[in-house]
Amino acid sequence: MKDFLFNFKMPEHFLVTGDPLIYGAQVSIVLASLAILFVLTYYKKWGWLWREWLTTVDHKKIGILYLLASLLMLFRGGVDALLMRMQLSAPNLNFLDADHYNQIFTTHGVIMILFMAMPFLIGLMNVAIPLQIGARDVAFPALNAVSFWMFAAGCMLFNISFVIGGSPDAGWTSYTPLAGNQLDPGPGQNYYLLGLQIAGIGTLVSGINFLVTILKMRAPGMTLWRMPLFSWSTLITSVIIIFAFPVLTIALALLTLDRLFGFHFFTLAGGGSPMMWANLFWIWGHPEVYIVILPAFGLFSEIFSTFARKKLFGYGAMVYSMLAISGLSFLVWVHHFFTMGSGPWINSIFSISTMLIAIPTGVKVFNWLFTLHKGRIEFKTPMLWALGFIPVFLVGGITGVMLAAAPADYQYHNSYFLIAHFHYVLIGGTVYGCIAGLVYYWPKITGFLLNERLGKWAFWWFTAGFNMCFIPLYIVGLKGMTRRMYTYPAGLGWETWNLIATIGAFGMGIGFIILVWNMIYSFRRGEKDTTGDPWNGRTLEWMTSSPAAEYNFAVIPKVKGLDAFHLMKKERAEGRKEETPEIKPIHMPKSEGFPVVMSAFMFISGFGFVFEWMQIGAFGLLGCVITMIWRSFNDYDRDYYIPVEEVKKTELAAGRRV
Amino acid sequence: METTTTTKGYQPMEYKSEEGRLKIFGFWIFLGAEIVLFSTLFATYFVLVNQTAGGPSGKDLFEIHIFATETFLLLTSSFTCGLAILYMRRNSMKGYLIWTIITLLLGLGFLIMEIEEFAMLVEMNAGPTRSAFLSAFFTLVGTHGLHVTLGIFWVIGVMIQVIKRGFTPVTSRKIFMTGLYWHFLDVVWIFLFSTIYLLGVV
Repeated sequence: MKDFLFNFKMPEHFLVTGDPLIYGAQVSIVLASLAILFVLTYYKKWGWLWREWLTTVDHKKIGILYLLASLLMLFRGGVDALLMRMQLSAPNLNFLDADHYNQIFTTHGVIMILFMAMPFLIGLMNVAIPLQIGARDVAFPALNAVSFWMFAAGCMLFNISFVIGGSPDAGWTSYTPLAGNQLDPGPGQNYYLLGLQIAGIGTLVSGINFLVTILKMRAPGMTLWRMPLFSWSTLITSVIIIFAFPVLTIALALLTLDRLFGFHFFTLAGGGSPMMWANLFWIWGHPEVYIVILPAFGLFSEIFSTFARKKLFGYGAMVYSMLAISGLSFLVWVHHFFTMGSGPWINSIFSISTMLIAIPTGVKVFNWLFTLHKGRIEFKTPMLWALGFIPVFLVGGITGVMLAAAPADYQYHNSYFLIAHFHYVLIGGTVYGCIAGLVYYWPKITGFLLNERLGKWAFWWFTAGFNMCFIPLYIVGLKGMTRRMYTYPAGLGWETWNLIATIGAFGMGIGFIILVWNMIYSFRRGEKDTTGDPWNGRTLEWMTSSPAAEYNFAVIPKVKGLDAFHLMKKERAEGRKEETPEIKPIHMPKSEGFPVVMSAFMFISGFGFVFEWMQIGAFGLLGCVITMIWRSFNDYDRDYYIPVEEVKKTELAAGRRV
Repeated sequence: METTTTTKGYQPMEYKSEEGRLKIFGFWIFLGAEIVLFSTLFATYFVLVNQTAGGPSGKDLFEIHIFATETFLLLTSSFTCGLAILYMRRNSMKGYLIWTIITLLLGLGFLIMEIEEFAMLVEMNAGPTRSAFLSAFFTLVGTHGLHVTLGIFWVIGVMIQVIKRGFTPVTSRKIFMTGLYWHFLDVVWIFLFSTIYLLGVV
């Protein structure tokens, strides 16, 4: 017992040392943390922070937390990308050494997919979905907070790795045996396993939450076939999350057992199968790609329809194509490792199923184009991002079909051609979708309008930089440059292209800075959105004030068809009499402290397991279980009613009729 | 709290509130995710079942009387768990408590047998680190056992709340959800029993 409790095995380097960049990061983390603590204490904001943010169960605030976290992670992942591009800008550079470079491409991938793209989209879902379906909150508001804080705990755990213990360095795919104990000992890879495990719990819970919300909490009259496309895409994404994430949970757990307890799932020594990791990883990993693209598709559909002033073309086809994509997403995973050599039959089947995905995706692209056809197009910033998405995504998609041809893939596999392909779909699809959605919903989130001029500058810098960065990478890929190489010799004809790519990457960085500056600027000098409907929107979220009141709708709207708010405005313009329904007391959930406490314990537990301090790991898990038991015993009277008077006061203050 | 009635005019208490209906539906979805989780473990097991690395295989290790008794205990507990819910519906605290405690005892019996089985295997130098087959076996059966352990704690926790508060829409919802969970573990065990133990010994 004593051995168990006091056994603190220290890794060789607890604090990462030896690199001025890391020292700088360590110093700035300490300084920033101290500054935050000082400001919170000096302005007596601790109570405010706890009441308004740490314990909130309001989907709009949780959405803001998600968005803030993912913007921070976009910055962190972006800095990783710029460091890599600097290292590769010329041959034989020694700006980063090989070890450091390995860590950076690993964290870049993990952060961008799991701690940026997914929370960004889940944040936008949180902001928009309950409003869009005419609900007062998600089905399980407290669990929604659990989702966010679990994600936050996993994300923090993963991020501290670069100053404490060292980051994972086996790539975001973490293939065994490279990621196994023998070739990669130490805490780095454990950070990957535990950080993703903890954040994954949050994602699974989000999936369940949004599925139930959308199936069970739509406003009266909103049948499934009257749902806006973003709600449809969220519904389908939730189903994918529920089917895919348990596979990741198991894959991570098995590798954790291998690394920490000497099991033999992926080690050849005990008869394990290293390739089983690749299979398990991609059975989750490929659906994951669709988890981050389908919500973006949904957002683009909303934006095209709003700014073309037209009903979406081919609504039914749009929904069915998403359903087809979600089904196919589970049937293509082997295309990530054709070169594993499964034989011509298996490779052919997966090659065909992969190419099949191009069909529903093509249907979607044509429907968007037909939505634009004869529309009165307004080139507002969200629309620019949506319009920009179509050509870049097309390039990414077509090169994807090239990669899907198994024999050809033996040439492209793991080359920069692949890198360029998936950046074209993930940036051109997901990141454009995230930014378009953020700009589109910004007035609804904050009540301020973004500056259009700055918005356009951001778009053009980012788009120009993006193409300048990744077109050259297609070319060097075809010229034989493989991914994950930390440097390369001169004379292979790669130098110029790599330099151009690096310059392009910095262009994207400038675009990002302008975007963030625009957001800060809007708070300080921006115009207020007084109407709640700045874009002449078509769906219910634009019916509320900006930002929406805590209860969303004083009276739940009745939905008469697709584009419900558009229909209401039309009826109003035709002078049809509106009924003014009576306001009733509104049933709301109380704030909850347990999600943040539980996640803190999870963080402690994860940190303990990373360093194989089992007693700390067990302590954290125990704390987590005790918090859950405490919550179960206090699961009574967790709600309250907002009286009618207060609702009326809030509505009048927002300039609404009651 | 809104109430709706079914065509028959009767609705169990746990379904009477909107919140209760949502939570039960959400729990069904969660069980769907659990099925994926166990399916992945089953798939892993079948990939590795012959990878004994020169060590013992299922045929050498599984003892019919042990896993038959385990099966008997767990399947019976599922029946008694159903009876507990039946008595809850009839608003009989005594019946609920009696059958819940019997359920717990049967679950505990199952768990003790499983722990003994594991300890025996480890003693025979057939622990999880022996071979890939044993890693997969221990992880799959152990994950089920961990679920039963959590289930026992959960049922006890809910029982204490019911004793304190009686049958309310909230407590009856909790009873019903623990019941769903318990039956689910039983279903998983049927697959474990037939595909791992039975196929293992033939």
